[in-house]
Amino acid sequence: MQEHAAGLPETHGHEETHQHEPTGFWTKYIFSQDHKVIAMQYTITALLVGVVGMVFSWLMRLQLAFPGQLSLIQPDNYLQFMTQHGMIMVIYLLTAFLLGGFGNYLIPLMIGARDMAFPFLNMMSYWTYFVSVILLFAAFIVPGGPSGGGWTIYPPQSILPGASPGSEWGIRLLLMSLAVFVASGTMGGLNYVTTVLQLRAKGMTLMYLPLSVWGIFVASVLALLAFPALFVGGVMLLLDSLAGTSFFIPLVNQFGRQLGHEGGNPILFQHLFWYFGHPEVYIVILPAMGVVSDIIANFSRKPIFGYKAMVISILAIGGLSFLVWAHHMFVSGMNPYFAFWFAIATLAVAIPSAVKTYNWMLTLWGGNLWFTTPMLYAIGFVSTFVAGGLTGLYLGNTAVDVPLTDTYFVVAHFHLVMGVSAILGIFAGIYYWFPKAIGRMYNETLGKLHFWVTFVGTYAIFFPMYWLGAAGMPRRYYTNEAVTQLPPSSHELNIFITIAALTVGAAQLVFAFNLVWSIFKGKKAEGNPWKATSLEWQTPQTPPVHGNWGPTEPVVYRWAYDYSVPGASQDFTPQNVAGGPAQKAKASGKTKH
Amino acid sequence: MNLPAHTPTHPRMEEASHGNSRGPGGPDGWNSNSDHGGDHDQPRLATAKAGLWLFLVTATVVFSMLLSAYVERKTGTDWSILPRLGILWLNTGFLVLSSAAMEWARRLARRGDLQGTRFWWLLGGAFAVLFLLGQLLAWQALYIAGYGLSSNPSSSFFYLLTTLHGLHLLAGLIAWGWATVSIVRLPETALAKSGIKIELCALFWHFLLLVWLAIFGFIWFVS
Amino acid sequence: MEGIILAIVLVLIVVGTTIITFVGPWGLPELASNWGSIDSMIIVTTIVTMIAFIAVNAVMAYFIYRYRHRDGRRAVYLVNDHRLEKILIIVTSIGIVFLLAPGLFVYSSFIQPPADALKLEVVSQQWAWAYRYPGADGKLGRSNIRFIDAKNSLGVDLKDPAGQDDVAISAGGTLHLPVNKPVELELRAKDVLHSFYVPQFRVKMDTVPGGITRLWFTPNKAGTFEVLCAELCGIGHYKMKSSVIVESEEEFQKWLKQQPTVSQTLGTK
Repeated sequence: MQEHAAGLPETHGHEETHQHEPTGFWTKYIFSQDHKVIAMQYTITALLVGVVGMVFSWLMRLQLAFPGQLSLIQPDNYLQFMTQHGMIMVIYLLTAFLLGGFGNYLIPLMIGARDMAFPFLNMMSYWTYFVSVILLFAAFIVPGGPSGGGWTIYPPQSILPGASPGSEWGIRLLLMSLAVFVASGTMGGLNYVTTVLQLRAKGMTLMYLPLSVWGIFVASVLALLAFPALFVGGVMLLLDSLAGTSFFIPLVNQFGRQLGHEGGNPILFQHLFWYFGHPEVYIVILPAMGVVSDIIANFSRKPIFGYKAMVISILAIGGLSFLVWAHHMFVSGMNPYFAFWFAIATLAVAIPSAVKTYNWMLTLWGGNLWFTTPMLYAIGFVSTFVAGGLTGLYLGNTAVDVPLTDTYFVVAHFHLVMGVSAILGIFAGIYYWFPKAIGRMYNETLGKLHFWVTFVGTYAIFFPMYWLGAAGMPRRYYTNEAVTQLPPSSHELNIFITIAALTVGAAQLVFAFNLVWSIFKGKKAEGNPWKATSLEWQTPQTPPVHGNWGPTEPVVYRWAYDYSVPGASQDFTPQNVAGGPAQKAKASGKTKH
Repeated sequence: MNLPAHTPTHPRMEEASHGNSRGPGGPDGWNSNSDHGGDHDQPRLATAKAGLWLFLVTATVVFSMLLSAYVERKTGTDWSILPRLGILWLNTGFLVLSSAAMEWARRLARRGDLQGTRFWWLLGGAFAVLFLLGQLLAWQALYIAGYGLSSNPSSSFFYLLTTLHGLHLLAGLIAWGWATVSIVRLPETALAKSGIKIELCALFWHFLLLVWLAIFGFIWFVS
Repeated sequence: MEGIILAIVLVLIVVGTTIITFVGPWGLPELASNWGSIDSMIIVTTIVTMIAFIAVNAVMAYFIYRYRHRDGRRAVYLVNDHRLEKILIIVTSIGIVFLLAPGLFVYSSFIQPPADALKLEVVSQQWAWAYRYPGADGKLGRSNIRFIDAKNSLGVDLKDPAGQDDVAISAGGTLHLPVNKPVELELRAKDVLHSFYVPQFRVKMDTVPGGITRLWFTPNKAGTFEVLCAELCGIGHYKMKSSVIVESEEEFQKWLKQQPTVSQTLGTK
């Protein structure tokens, strides 16, 4: 293909790159092997699933604000909403979106490849994910409904009949869905990692990669190493539930009746679960960190501060994530002496996380800051990441964790640090790459309205939960009416949180409207509206067509952060621009002006 | 452009592997494979091998998790020791032979010996099938001895571990069967085309042998 | 313009959350046990993290205001500053060690109950708490899930003589504790995971079926407190409650003597 296309001028490359492109509707849009189409499929599916997860959170909030007044919400379906909300948000929205959506779209474009290393596997990955979503929702039509065992699905509670809603086919379908999701994630992860390692454009060294790619790359490695633990735990739990084995279920007497299990160890499941579960939260946050780094650098018109330190931090956070899992289990009844190690390792994670925060702030310093919607979201990310991350210093410190764990303090912590932050990172990324992916601009006014409500609203929702948690409001309670030591005003605070949650929810309608409207009616976008340096903005067409690069693949001469290079005529120098003063400035490395 | 001699199985795969940083792309050493100028399959093989290696890492985590759980669960008071099934030694022998035959096929393919490759390749697959049949016999023997899936955690683990391992081997056999079609039909000159499949299958077989030896070792000696 | 608004919003968020954190009506409930050291750790951690929270947002707000785009401005090309990076890493590490080290000391005392502690058993089930006191011999008799029946709801092993004089408070009963005496709880679960949590004592520990977990504290205020379940245990999780009454040694002994022993309840003697 390259042979006969090579002689043509670049503008005609368009025709040529279409040569191998499938033309039928099914192969082009449904069973496509093009990474950009698969990215869209992941994005749309994950967002739709996320809407369901968000609606569940409203139902929970309504119940907590107005206990006893909504006959629709009973203890059993409250737990089901809670479980499905957690599962959907962590796995089926955030993981799928950040790896399947951003990962698929950005990796080939940012490293200068024409597609993923294994396009067929990539397509399979999406459709396997789709099947896992179907299985997840299939639980709503089986007797007993979906599982109400919490997203942590701890046995024995999650699978003992009568213990919680959906403890028979609900949990079984959920476990099957998770196993299928693991298969999907493994196919995707193999692809992302191999692609980054093998298909980088000429000149694109690892230390020239944009941080978005680094974040997604390390997150994919974590996925490959962590998902197996969920798979193993899930399969064993499924056997306990279906086949009557006793991996996790000891001899128990439930409601006066002795069940047939014997000798199993419930804590073993928790180890398997958190060996997956903790890396999982970094799988979600690392890509968001990468995206935010690139956006902050771009709209500061400055190189990211301390690129090398940023890369090392990503690697350190990734590596440490496998050494800290039992900090979720300080009061689980595991050997209490384990906790010393896990507390030390956990607080060590704070150092690379702090380095990243400092570097984002120092990137702002001396910049020329443009407050577009993606930049607002990126700064919002830093703020909520810090608001959530700092309380990790409470929860990682075993003695302090004891009174606070399993209260709303934890709920506030993880929502801010990996829920809200990841979502703000996703919004930042969606607005940032919208012009490239769609070829039209989104509406900036609506985007900013969406930001202000969402950002201030998330603080209003989650920060008060710290106070409620400290006051002793336990997690996963259908109602707190009878928790006597809570000050009466905490009920008003709960109403306040619910109102904030519904307001933020309404703001998402603005987002949805903005997306849909702009796809059809938005102003036509230029190829590089943000004057960005990384390769995805240098494609010959916008949106990029099949094969991405026309007849000639890009050649990379510099890193992704040559903004405001002294002596350059523009305030950005794309990665595929050769030579010039910029490269010298980069070569001398630590230049401070 | 340096087009590979063979017809690509998938056009986009082709484009993609072309982008493979030949030359200055990989000063960091990741792409050192791409310097083998003569062999056009090298970048494709390197990419496919990288993918398979990553999968092997993931599968290793799966089996290590299960074996750690095995060691943990074994401390329970209800753990009973399974009858020692002699057939497992036989099966181990089959798998060793299977892996060795695959390795031999791989080496002969590199030398371009099509006849030899075919012979050892088919033999490797046959031994793998024997291994799986032997595993089924082992299941039957265990079941007759009164150990069902849920009778005891030791038998639960046995069935679970052998099933997962067997499924991996079965998936390998499907890939093997798919590759066999082209290997049997190939004219001598194009052996290189199936080279990748043979390389990958051999690697996967060796991995599954190692996994089996670990499982067998735990079942036989750590109970 | 957005820059100025964003800077103001960040400052307002920081000011608002800080004020309410320190003077708002929602905070730790009044301490009623020996774990003042945990409270001190929480207070110190709050001060340190609040300083960091304020600093990050305030500095960001300042940068946002100071470096917002104006015509003719060009950003500086600053790639790195190793000295500054080192200083920041060192300061952060010191802060973390400062928080972690005392925490680990508190934790090591948290997992080492004093030898003279009153040992008693907590048995959890869906969705209620039961308790067992050792009786006159000071020893809890063995128990097993196997022995549970309609009368012997805690599964006390009737062959063990140490169990005969135990005092069992069946599910739904109230826990009584003497004030100022260390208590070591042996926690068991009959069916699923639960977690024993009394906010005023600052303690919490999961109960695990098939095993025993331990927890100790010294209640030092007389009064009635609420026992909550802190580990999701099913539909009734939110109402799995009990009370703990902390009273003087005399009142406690008087109450304990009025309770029937296991052998009396089961008629084994």
